[in-house]
Amino acid sequence: MALLQTDELIAHYGDFQALFGVDITLNEAEVVAIIGANGAGKTTLMRSISGVLRNAAQAIKFDGAAIGDRPADEIMAKGLAMVPEGRRLFPSLSVEENLLIGAYGRKGEGHWTLDTVYNLFPILRAKRTNPGTALSGGQQQMVAIGRALMSNPRVLLCDEISLGLAPVVIKDIYKAVPAIKAAGASLIVVEQDIGQAMAVADRVYCMMEGQVTLSGTPASLSRDAIHDAYFGAVA
Amino acid sequence: MIWVDTIAQGILLGGLYALFAAGLSLVFGIMRLVNLAHGDLIVMGAYLILVLVTLLGLSPFIAVLVAMPLMFALGWGLQKHLLNRTLGDDILPPLLVTFGLSVVLQNALLEGFSADSQRLPTDMLTTASVQIGSIALGVMPLLTFASAILVIICLNQIFYRTSLGRAFRATSDDPVTASLMGIKPNQVFAVATGIAMIIVTIAALYLGLRSNFDPNIGPARLIYAFEAVIIGGLGSLWGTLIGGIIIGVAQTVGAAINPEWQILAGHIAFLVVLLIRPRGLFPRAND
Ligand SMILES: Nc1ncnc2c1ncn2[C@@H]1O[C@H](COP(=O)(O)OP(=O)(O)O)[C@@H](O)[C@H]1O
Ligand SMILES: [Mg+2]
Repeated sequence: MALLQTDELIAHYGDFQALFGVDITLNEAEVVAIIGANGAGKTTLMRSISGVLRNAAQAIKFDGAAIGDRPADEIMAKGLAMVPEGRRLFPSLSVEENLLIGAYGRKGEGHWTLDTVYNLFPILRAKRTNPGTALSGGQQQMVAIGRALMSNPRVLLCDEISLGLAPVVIKDIYKAVPAIKAAGASLIVVEQDIGQAMAVADRVYCMMEGQVTLSGTPASLSRDAIHDAYFGAVA
Repeated sequence: MIWVDTIAQGILLGGLYALFAAGLSLVFGIMRLVNLAHGDLIVMGAYLILVLVTLLGLSPFIAVLVAMPLMFALGWGLQKHLLNRTLGDDILPPLLVTFGLSVVLQNALLEGFSADSQRLPTDMLTTASVQIGSIALGVMPLLTFASAILVIICLNQIFYRTSLGRAFRATSDDPVTASLMGIKPNQVFAVATGIAMIIVTIAALYLGLRSNFDPNIGPARLIYAFEAVIIGGLGSLWGTLIGGIIIGVAQTVGAAINPEWQILAGHIAFLVVLLIRPRGLFPRAND
């Protein structure tokens, strides 16, 4: 049985429908990438899974339980943490406080503590008393990832953690993925950067206009197929 | 020398206004809610203490300790069952609901206690004074001021040293992301209003010990509290104390010149500060 599964997931913003029946699965110890152009519905999918957007209960199952209609705080407590798009650090909190608050709703037993997060991103230890928002973009992204890890989640959702960062910084941040996986979390990484996604993922889903248009292992997908699924086939 | 005395009295009076204002400041800082019933809740607290004193024969200083958990529970329930439903992008519903609450409270107190003015029983301590150099300071105003400082220190400790305080600040920054941390914003708001009501109870004690009160004086306390919060800068507790002191000093100086000018002088000081610093003296960076 899959650890996390969406089934005919539909999402709306008022009258506007953003997702049209999305089915994805994430297995234990897996890294799944979701790629797609701007506006494809990737963030909407992440917000639905994490409980920021409410859906039909049965549309999302986590560890066998229907969670589609549960609020974000409950879902986080079950072991599903999210690194939201745009990082969203708390400006009133220092770097260390931003990390500490990641464990507010779930003090899960596991590898991740303040100390191990600092070992993963050593630069944060030196900046621990700075306001979170006074850091560079890459460092802020490290705080956002560390904050989500602090609850020792079983599933980590990462929404465009490379957004707006320089290629060398993106490489630095993606270096953390194997360690996160080794500590026992399964990951969904949302990316517009196809190369980066392919490099870390066991499986890939491509989204367009609120639907999954392609899925498979990175090796099984041709460049042309991805191009068509990403931008729409030129018919 | 009379001026030194006047200003010292004004500073101590500022402690009372800071106590009126701290709960308002706390609630506004965390959930951007202006509670128009704040003054009436203080008056209600004074009646609660009076009832405990009368029924149980307690000293007001003991009665306030009994009243605190009751008021916390009331604030918690009020926030959870009523005020949380009014919060949202529109700022009007909380204003309308708390205005309505203010009217309801005043009338309920009138019904229950009549319009006669009341006072908490005072003893020797409350009328004593200490001589410092050439000025005499009342023990009561000194206690009030010390309580205000203590309340602000405690609130700052909660804010900056505890997990609850981190949740307060995070929720105030960004409630949606806070919920991703497992924080329930509505629960955090309920606790915050509960704490605000504990401060309201302390303010009520000094209100009732220092002067007469009746069911209709709430709105004026709200105005003083509001002015102290605005002068200090929204969300800054030490700023709120400074704001209270500015109003207190303006009032005692005004009264020294002409007793009729006391209240007016406080309001004028408020307007002058607003003219010079529209965002208050210590505004928060990220508002
Ligand atoms: N808060 C919102 N209100 C209304 N429409 C939204 C909102 N957020 C996103 N959308 C719309 O939903 C669609 C999917 O957006 P999103 O999930 O953010 O895509 P992606 O993350 O793939 O760029 C887009 O058409 C976008 O304009
Ligand atoms: Mg997005």
